[in-house]
Parts: sequence; C-alpha cells; structure tokens
Amino acid sequence: MTAPDTGDRPPGAAADISSQSGVAAALTPVLTVAVSLLGLCLLWGLAANAWPSRAFPGPGRVWQVLLAEAANGDLFYHLGATLGRVAAAYVVAMVIGSVIGVLLGSHRSADRFFSPWLVLFLNIPALVVIVLAYIWFGLNEAAAIGAVAVNKIPNVVVTMREGARALDPNYAEMAAIYRFGLLDRIRHVLLPQLQPYLAAASRSGIALIWKIVLVVELLGRSNGVGFQIYLYFQLFDVAAILAYTLAFVAVMLVIELLLVQPIERHATRWRRRPA
Amino acid sequence: MQPVGAVVPLRVDIAEKTFRSAQGVSIAALQDLSFEVRQGEFACLLGPSGCGKTTTLRILLGLDKDFSGSFQLPEGGSNRIAAVFQEPILLPWRTVEQNVRLALPKSLRAKNLDGLFDTLGLAGMRSLYPAELSLGLARRAALARAFATEPAVLFLDEPFASLDERTAERLRHLLLTVWSARPTTALMVTHNLREALMLSDRIIVLAQRPAHVLGMFDVRLPRQYRNPQVMSDLLRSFHQKFPGVA
Repeated sequence: MTAPDTGDRPPGAAADISSQSGVAAALTPVLTVAVSLLGLCLLWGLAANAWPSRAFPGPGRVWQVLLAEAANGDLFYHLGATLGRVAAAYVVAMVIGSVIGVLLGSHRSADRFFSPWLVLFLNIPALVVIVLAYIWFGLNEAAAIGAVAVNKIPNVVVTMREGARALDPNYAEMAAIYRFGLLDRIRHVLLPQLQPYLAAASRSGIALIWKIVLVVELLGRSNGVGFQIYLYFQLFDVAAILAYTLAFVAVMLVIELLLVQPIERHATRWRRRPA
Repeated sequence: MQPVGAVVPLRVDIAEKTFRSAQGVSIAALQDLSFEVRQGEFACLLGPSGCGKTTTLRILLGLDKDFSGSFQLPEGGSNRIAAVFQEPILLPWRTVEQNVRLALPKSLRAKNLDGLFDTLGLAGMRSLYPAELSLGLARRAALARAFATEPAVLFLDEPFASLDERTAERLRHLLLTVWSARPTTALMVTHNLREALMLSDRIIVLAQRPAHVLGMFDVRLPRQYRNPQVMSDLLRSFHQKFPGVA
C-alpha cells in the first residue's frame, strides 16, 4: 500500500498515521474482550455482595483460593493430569474417528451398513460408556482415556465422513497419473482437503472432551480437576470448585489462542487473502 | 539412443465403451476406435464436442477401466505418463514449485528446474500459490509439471480451452518451444482445427458418437514453416479431405 504523494506532507507522515491506526485496530478486539470479561466479574462481585453466602463467593475469594492452590502446587498437578488426559483422548479420538470417517465417506455400501451403528453410538450417554469401561477394564488410565475417546469418536466420524464426501476426485486422479506415493497422497492431497473438517472436529472435540474427562476423573481417578471438584463438592467449598473450573477454562483459552489459531492460520496460508 | 525395435509406439485398440445412465439407458461412446501414435510424434485427436475424445483419454490414462479392448503405452525410457487437463488441477495448498516437484519420482525431486521455469516464463512465480495465478499462468504451471516428469508419453486434454485467443496462442507457442527442446510422444485432444494444424505431425479425425477414426491427416511440414499462408492452404486441403468436419 503506497500512499499517493500529496506534496505538502513528508512521505513518512502518512505511513506513521496508518501504522498507528493499524496498532489501534489490532488492539480493539483485545480491549473489547478485556472490558467484556471485566464487566462480567463486576456483575458477579455485585451479586455476591448483594447475597452474601458461603455457597456464592465473590471473584476476590475465588482468586485467593486460586493463588493458595497455585502456591502449594496442587493446582498445577491436577491441571496437568487433566490436560494430559484431554490430550491423549483427543489424539486417540481424532485419529480413529478420521480413519473411520474417511472410509465411510468414500465407500457407500460400508456407510449404509455402519450408519445404524453410528446412530447408536452417537446416542449412548457418556456416563454409560464411562461406567461400562470402568467395570470391564478396571479403574485405570487406559479405561478412562478410552471411555472419553469412545464418546467423542462418533462425532469425529460424522464430520470426517462429510469431509470425505466433499473430496475432489480430480486431485486423486492427478495424483494417480503422476504416481504419488501413499504418504504423499495423504500429506499433500488428502489432509489439506480435509483440513476444514479436521478443524471443525477439533474445535467441537476439545470442548466436549474436557467436560467428559471431568466426569471420568470424578468417577474413577484420584487426581485431576474432576477429582478435585468432587472433593470440594463433598466439602461444599464453592470457591475452590470455581477456582479449578476457571483455571482450566483459562488453560483451554490459552491453548486456543497460542496453538489452535496459529496452526489454523498456517494451514490456510494458501487461501487468497481478502483484499 | 534406443534400438528401434525396442520402442513401441502408443497403440490404441478400443472395441467398445458404453456408458450406462442411472435409468438404465446405455450410450455407446466409442466403437472400434483404433489408431497409433509413432515414437516422438505429436498427434491430435480431433473431433466434434462430445464425441468421446476425453473418454478416450481417460481410458489411456488408466482412469476408466470399464471398456472392452486394449491399448499399449510406449515402453522404455521412464515409462511414466503425464497429463495436462482442461483445468490445470494444481494443488491449491502447495506453491507452483512444490506442485511441479511433487509430480516427480523421488529420485528426481531435487533436480534443477530453472531452465523449464524460465522457458515457460514462470521463473518469478515458483513460490506463489495457484490462487495467486491467472488461468493462463496456472496452465503454464500444469505444462511445467507435465514436462518436468520427462514422460514417455504426454496427454493433453484441450489444455488451452477457456482462454482468450491471444493467451491461448502464446501458450501454444510456449508448448512448441518446450516440446521441441524435449521431443516427447504426445497425444492432444482438441476440437480446434487451427490448433491441431499448428501443433501436430498428424491429426486423427474422429467421427460423431460413437467415436471411431474417420481418417488421418498428416502435416509433414516442419512447424517453423507453418505461416498464415501455409496454414490456410493446410485448412483448405483438410476440408477437401474431410468435408463437413470442423
């Protein structure tokens, strides 16, 4: 973008103004989010003051608990345990779900045969899967992660099946004529076409998975955010429950901003920029 | 370079190809279609729109196996085939250069492509994504990909369709330049008679559906002598031999 030379202004001045407004434009959404969250905290504080109760602590009290838990290391230990389970269940669910989804999307008869199974698994409550996994495979880490993954896999299958149906046969034919190897086909032809569907499945997946992980931890694990929430539920300590919940939500937000969005920007770099 | 006897030309002998619609109606696309393309020859399949030219090409490319008959691709050399389609079909998420290199066999991935990119006027565009190219430039990238693989036979399916005439003309000249530097057995499908007369050594004229060979038209004159005067003579003699075609 080059500004036309107006003559009465040094050329640097126009650039300075546009870069300042550029910074302001970049900061506006961040500021909006900050003000919005601050407003929510304020509202929460006012409500907590109006109805003082041990069951409804204000933001200040939750913050104190958060700092205390962080100082003695409990917070990070349990956040780490939950995050590990979320990551493991996510990877298992995405890999298995994508493979099944692509196979169903590209084979009509298989799709017709397995469609009822899919509807069945989509509608089995998460709780049932978790309880059965613990009964059949014992109270161990594999059962916990497997149960979460099984809950998520049908959703991934449905999304990836749509993705496989939308594959452009022209690219596959081009790859066949030029004799692309299997790995090249997956990496350069298949995955880039599935990328929007992978992103959609990931987005909805992480949010769903972490909620199910809490239930898994509550029912059969001795660490993690879910276990801590169960502990503080028995003590009726609402401030601690909120502290753990908000801490984990914050972690997920950071992951979204620092991991998911940059990866997505990288994956869609080839799309024509909006003018 | 190779003993003459070892080199087999492109030989096509398709007895029948029939499409069946969902309602069970069958349409014969090809019937007793047989022809040969000699080693190092640039041949054109010329026929009216919808006569089954692209169908023939899809069979030769191995994309359509539901036909009766046989064909033989040239052996020896790399025995690879290359194709330039009606659409460029570049991977939009890979740069021009990556698109070309991905089509190469592993052993040639690192080969020097400067000359090829220069000839095709793509030297400054190697790192662009296909969405950033005009249709004409994308076609050039598709040509670069096809020639980079050093194929034993090159198939072109109306590679200059839906371009304005000036761009198409420039691309035809580029194609000739690249092809003369690396003479390759080539078979191009077109319904444009002028294009066929300008580019090819021999024109295989197809009849209306179901496609079969009406006859051959050899253009023995070297390409550099095909000036407008000669072209109109060629056109006239073509129309004498095949009245009512094109």
